[in-house]
Amino acid sequence: MATVWIPPLVQGLTGGRQVVEAPGATLRDVIDNLDAEYPGLKGRLFEHGRVRPGISVTVDGVVSNKRNRSVREDSEIHFVPAISGG
Amino acid sequence: MTLTRDKKGVAGKAPYKVIGTRPLRPDGADKVTGKAVYGADVHLPAMLYGAMLRSPHAHARISSIDTSEAERVPGVKAVVTAADLPVIQDILTDLGEGVVNLRYTSNNVLAHDKVLYHGHAVAAVAATSTAIAEEAVKLIKVEYDLLPPVLDVLEAMKDDAPIILEDLRTTELGEKREGQTNIASHIQHRRGDLEQGFAAADIIVEREFRTGTVHQGYIEPHSAVGLYNDDGHVTVWCSTQGAFGIRNQVSELLKLPVSDVTVIPTEIGGGFGGKLGVYLEPVVALLSKKAGHRPVKMTMNRTEVLQATGPTSASYIRVKMGATRDGKLTAAEAYLAYDAGAFPGSPVGSAAVVILAPYKLDHLLIDGYDVIVNKPRSAAYRAPGGTNAAYASEAVIDELAKIIGMDPLEFRLKNAVTEGDRRADGPVYARIGFVETLHAAQEHPHYRAPLEGKHRGRGVASGFWNNWGGRSSVSASINPDGSVNLLEGSPDIGGTRASIAMQLAETMEIAYEDVHPRVVDTDSVGYNDATGGSRTTFGTGWAAYEVGLKLIDEMKRQAADLLEVDLESIAYENGIFSSNGDSLGFKEIAERIDESGHPVVASASVHPEEFGPGFGTHIVDVEVDPETGKVEILRYTAVQDVGKAIHPSYVEGQLHGGVAQGVGWALNEEYVYDDEGHLLNASFLDYRIPTALDLPMIDTVLVEVANPGHPFGVRGVGETPIVPPAGAVANAIYDAIGVRMTTLPMSPGTILEALWAQEES
Amino acid sequence: MADRVIVNTSINGEEATLLCEPRQTLLEVLREGLRLTGTKEGCSNGNCGACNVLLDGVLVNSCLVLAVEAEGRSVTTIEGIALPEGLHPLQQKFLEHAALQCGICTPGFIISAKALLEENPSPTEEEVRFWLAGNLCRCTGYDKIVRAVLDTAEAAPSVGSFGGETP
Repeated sequence: MATVWIPPLVQGLTGGRQVVEAPGATLRDVIDNLDAEYPGLKGRLFEHGRVRPGISVTVDGVVSNKRNRSVREDSEIHFVPAISGG
Repeated sequence: MTLTRDKKGVAGKAPYKVIGTRPLRPDGADKVTGKAVYGADVHLPAMLYGAMLRSPHAHARISSIDTSEAERVPGVKAVVTAADLPVIQDILTDLGEGVVNLRYTSNNVLAHDKVLYHGHAVAAVAATSTAIAEEAVKLIKVEYDLLPPVLDVLEAMKDDAPIILEDLRTTELGEKREGQTNIASHIQHRRGDLEQGFAAADIIVEREFRTGTVHQGYIEPHSAVGLYNDDGHVTVWCSTQGAFGIRNQVSELLKLPVSDVTVIPTEIGGGFGGKLGVYLEPVVALLSKKAGHRPVKMTMNRTEVLQATGPTSASYIRVKMGATRDGKLTAAEAYLAYDAGAFPGSPVGSAAVVILAPYKLDHLLIDGYDVIVNKPRSAAYRAPGGTNAAYASEAVIDELAKIIGMDPLEFRLKNAVTEGDRRADGPVYARIGFVETLHAAQEHPHYRAPLEGKHRGRGVASGFWNNWGGRSSVSASINPDGSVNLLEGSPDIGGTRASIAMQLAETMEIAYEDVHPRVVDTDSVGYNDATGGSRTTFGTGWAAYEVGLKLIDEMKRQAADLLEVDLESIAYENGIFSSNGDSLGFKEIAERIDESGHPVVASASVHPEEFGPGFGTHIVDVEVDPETGKVEILRYTAVQDVGKAIHPSYVEGQLHGGVAQGVGWALNEEYVYDDEGHLLNASFLDYRIPTALDLPMIDTVLVEVANPGHPFGVRGVGETPIVPPAGAVANAIYDAIGVRMTTLPMSPGTILEALWAQEES
Repeated sequence: MADRVIVNTSINGEEATLLCEPRQTLLEVLREGLRLTGTKEGCSNGNCGACNVLLDGVLVNSCLVLAVEAEGRSVTTIEGIALPEGLHPLQQKFLEHAALQCGICTPGFIISAKALLEENPSPTEEEVRFWLAGNLCRCTGYDKIVRAVLDTAEAAPSVGSFGGETP
């Protein structure tokens, strides 16, 4: 199962756990499964079906906000600040 | 689209023929002869000229606006206020400078119910001359109810601070807190156990830092011409880093379909992140609509640029780090409060990543706050948030190393992140070149050169920038003489026409001079994210690579037809298409395109994800005059991992420019306000950016640790260079006079005060 | 509005008759009246040098010169720098050294450097930096600009010998 790192400000929903696991072949599936286990998580991280503005999702170190991005068994998912430039 | 790194092509096949050379830029003749057309150089038939009325107050409610007298001035054709803007709900759009709420943008473009900073635009006039427009502006009567302003970031966070935006609530990752506030958001990163981490430290250093408001300082003021045509189509000519971003904002703010808006980017005289958001563009379109559909031009003067376009955040930063006696970092804690100007959106998010990014840490806590104040809305400025953050963290790193008695570069090496290490906010680093920059700095003659003389010191600092991929689209066609027209949508701020053309030439194995790049408008090419974020040579270059492969495929087809052989048998190398002994040159085929069938054209678009971050390590020698407090930069060396330098001269240029801005930020630049919130130094005389006398030649070392995520190994380079300078200069000042500076700028007055305070104690 | 004044002057070696208001600066009249937009406006108060032109061969900030002051005098702008046979050595060296990134300050620097080299054909780095301190650049950090000017001085011993004196 993919490991998902939960931002500190949302860890209240996962009982304080920073790293959780969830099954799923795509990012969408993983998030949906996570939300089933920790209700409300998806709403904190996503809005109108897209990742919340100001955040980016990285899968195995690569920024990708595509919900149908495939996720492997040993993938690592993070929610990081959306850094953009000047 | 699929990434095609493993397709046929010359990617990765060094030695390169074009990449790494230093040809002349394609727009060179235009730029050195004054022919290049920048924003303010645009002239159209029947054009009118606009002027803006701006708030004289830092914070006030607008109780009435009377434009009647202004409208009656002969020559005045239109007057607009926020009443002419459609009402916008909260729309969030990503400009590449971070997500922006367009309702706030609308308010910033023309004040809604309150003026929120000195210089906030309130109304605009279009007339037959700028002089008439400026006279008419003075006749607009605005009644203000003054409100107390708040300008300091910590003051604005207090419970009793004047409230700037009544409907603002603090959000924490989607959750809104109750109550009026100036704190727009709070972010946090955490790892391990902070208490445990600090308990394991032998030495702990904690320092507080303050940085002032600084402006991007581009020499070209904002300028735009808007034509709201009789058929409802809006065309905007403007100096911008990203025409598509401007198109999106104009269409959203004026509630027009995107297809009804065309943005034509002119040449741009500097941006650094400050020319991503709209200021004049919606206003000139509105004026044009009201002025009988005549084009309207507005150009800001320098005062307006400084008063009312985005500077970057002033900040309060507290950093605490612990290390063992043998130089291993055990824990770090950072608190960052960044002011966003009058509307939310400071770069505290990026800052929170930059501040600890270069170092391995098991235990850390970072809290960041985005806070609004009565200053112009902040805009991105080259590695937004990074310089302030690194100023703080690099000072603490330096202090730890000094206390332990370890060489500062050794200390950094001992704790440096490499591939596989985890960044402060979580993700694991892929191949990076930080350690390589530290080694290169250690081995550089500058680091070993003796530095003699009183009040002279040497400092080092490192810095990180994330970089960006973004979306790029290009189109290309082959001319009968074998040259290639390349249409791109990336405004050329620093030599990217050259670096992109070089990548196309290398891909197609043709001469650089045979590629003719053009920067075109939003109707003429597919979507392009802005030129900025250190993405253009990387991203648009990649699109050029992709289009080059497609063109070669097409040419192979033409060759197969002309040679009357199967397509599969065609090989291409060094400009020659061959099959079983028969061959045709690239130009031969190009000449015969007419007879062989159809023109050869192709387009490509990319959205690459593996952009890879940049790291830099800087060394600086300074001399401090103990009587005046003036700091002279004696010698400067900037080392940076650049992935692959496509055109080394322009890569060096990016390092030079970032260093110069960083030095200005370190030693002189800041906005000065009075107690009522008026900006006192809105001119280049008193907002003092570095001149040729303030800097020596700047040595650069381009370390090339190829980015595995790009066909030619390119890494973004433009922003990393501005991250280390302030920290390096501060550390050099400490080495010179034994005073640890904790505020920016470290101007003569503040240095003297710090010196005297130290003498007293 | 004040009555306009006729100003007889010479721009880049050509006679020109301008119609301007007494309050207009030379910069404004060059850019708006004559559409010679190579001279740039960066600050409007003489602090950035982007508006540099030569007035009777003397380096001035055209934003601080009234158009009427050009009466009977000759003005050289960036449009008049290139030679009949091609780019002026300064222009060529700026390109070779990549001494421009966004290019907005470049016309001002080239005018300023030309005036320097006519007065001092082999300046030291210090002298170049001192002379150019009135021209602000935000992109290049000045390194390559100074190199380009020094290289021009070395390669073209008498800049005046290229295309004659400033008209």
